[in-house]
Amino acid sequence: MSILEGRVEEIRRGPAPAPKGLQRRARWGERLVEAFVRLNGVVAVAVLIGIFVLLVAEGVPILRYVDLWHFFTGSKWYPVSSPPTFGMLPFFVATLWVTLVATAIALPLGVAAAAYLAEVAPAVVREMVKPLIELLAGVPSVVVGFIGLLVLSPLVREVLHLPTGLNGLTAAIMLAFMSLPVIVSVSEDALTAVPREYREASYALGCTQWQTIVHVLIPAALSGITAAVMLGIGRAIGETMTVLVVAGGALAIPSSITEPMRPMTATIAAEINNAVQGGLQYQALFAIGVVLFLLTFLVNLIADVVLERQKRRFGP
Amino acid sequence: MNRKASIREGRRGAQGGKWSSILVGSVAMVTLLLGLAACAGAKDTSGTGLAGSLQVKGSDTMVNLGSAWAEEFMAQNAKVSIAVTGGGSGTGIAALINKSTDICQASRAIKPEEIDKARSNGVDPKEFVVALDGLAVVVNPANPVSELTFAQLADIYTGKISNWKDVGGKDEVMVVLSRDTNSGTHVFFKEHVLQSKDPRAEYGGKVQMMAASQAGVIEVRQNPKAIFYVGLGYVGDEMKALAIKREASSKAVKPSQETVKSGEYAIARPLYLYTNGEPTGLAKAYIDWIMGADGQRIVRELDFVPAQ
Repeated sequence: MSILEGRVEEIRRGPAPAPKGLQRRARWGERLVEAFVRLNGVVAVAVLIGIFVLLVAEGVPILRYVDLWHFFTGSKWYPVSSPPTFGMLPFFVATLWVTLVATAIALPLGVAAAAYLAEVAPAVVREMVKPLIELLAGVPSVVVGFIGLLVLSPLVREVLHLPTGLNGLTAAIMLAFMSLPVIVSVSEDALTAVPREYREASYALGCTQWQTIVHVLIPAALSGITAAVMLGIGRAIGETMTVLVVAGGALAIPSSITEPMRPMTATIAAEINNAVQGGLQYQALFAIGVVLFLLTFLVNLIADVVLERQKRRFGP
Repeated sequence: MNRKASIREGRRGAQGGKWSSILVGSVAMVTLLLGLAACAGAKDTSGTGLAGSLQVKGSDTMVNLGSAWAEEFMAQNAKVSIAVTGGGSGTGIAALINKSTDICQASRAIKPEEIDKARSNGVDPKEFVVALDGLAVVVNPANPVSELTFAQLADIYTGKISNWKDVGGKDEVMVVLSRDTNSGTHVFFKEHVLQSKDPRAEYGGKVQMMAASQAGVIEVRQNPKAIFYVGLGYVGDEMKALAIKREASSKAVKPSQETVKSGEYAIARPLYLYTNGEPTGLAKAYIDWIMGADGQRIVRELDFVPAQ
């Protein structure tokens, strides 16, 4: 047989089987790793379900004291008076206000910064700026809160001629600072992942860099950018210490972003220590936790739906 | 030759990695051992033989006082360690009921419902009055207003009055700051001032609940429209304490250690420590020390009034 025929014969026969001992070890090793990975997945889901079950178990009993409609739409929150009244609408509206304004600030800034870093910035600038932005994500939220209290709130008060700088706007600005690194990081990764062919085709057709970024690259990376924005929104909804220190703490339903307000997270943090375990205030705070959980879940669900639609439109 | 060189390099690299991790590991071990040795080496030079640890939780008003007591007591008894946390009187009482603290500091008395809850949890609260405190109403130094009556304060904090000109100040919106429900100061102010006219009154919707006394102090310092109430220990030069009149016809009295002690200042309250049952051992020694000469000297130094 020639060398070529010999080689063909070898390939046809397939690789020589490993010695028996090695085969057994490989199978066991495989199974162990598979089992470990599966266990991790199961634990993650179990913990999530467990959190929800705990929230519901501790929070739903408040509905024996006040019905769901009055709890959700009531505007009087006096947990330590006799008799106590529980109405959480002011907190829900405050969370919405702060999250929407924070996203409105962080979204354009974040996507623009990501586009700059991915497309326009020279490599040296990108290597320096990207780690710096990610460093911003590491600042503890209570430090951000105090910076807001000492530096930003007098500024907001004087520039906008407001009675107080401790309001939803200051909180929204600080929250935008906190969700910005997430949005920039993930969007920049999404933009760099767009294949080079898209850019080349666009330039070949005579588009400018701006047109390429806005009309070709961002739509192509939209699934990643949406994921980034949803992560940013999730961060803003769940942020506690910053809004506790800076948002103002007023219990009335806020009619504008420049009023002092208290989002749901700040309410839970402010009062949970005071609540006697199992008492009415405790149950009411856990019920607010359920609403918060459902809101975050809804945001993630919307993100999933958008991503599915994007995937179907732009192919695999 | 190139392959051999790179393999040798690789091996050296791996060995270099091995040696550097051994070095880092040993440095870490030595540091840890030194640290442990330092902790264990503390000698009890006072000879009192008191040892152990205590957890103290509760009032923000008393947290500085509690920390000062703890520091002095620990300096006199080296084997003792005391941890003091704030969070509000409500937090401290809840911790006492949940058995997660040894001593609770409170700037308000424990409520009957809380006593019932404690008893049903197997906790028997014992009360000690350790100091007296004046509740100062503070505004920014640039604010021209310098005295208020109880009725005016009640109207301000229920939201009926919202402009400074209604109490003799400039034509500016009031920024009304309060503590949140965790705070004993919040409850005391509500019961004694807010509900002085109408026992069913509640804080107004625009009143801002601050998470900590210090946050309110910072806002009063930088905002000319703000008003806040806070324990005498927090009053400093960067804010103005108002003179308070019980009725429109009474004398306006500024808060100070003397006026609180003599009872002239209208918003004064005792400060309490609560324990589960009669205190024994270290807790008893600590509370006796607080009520003794050293503890009460510290009370005076921090602008509170001694209990006697």
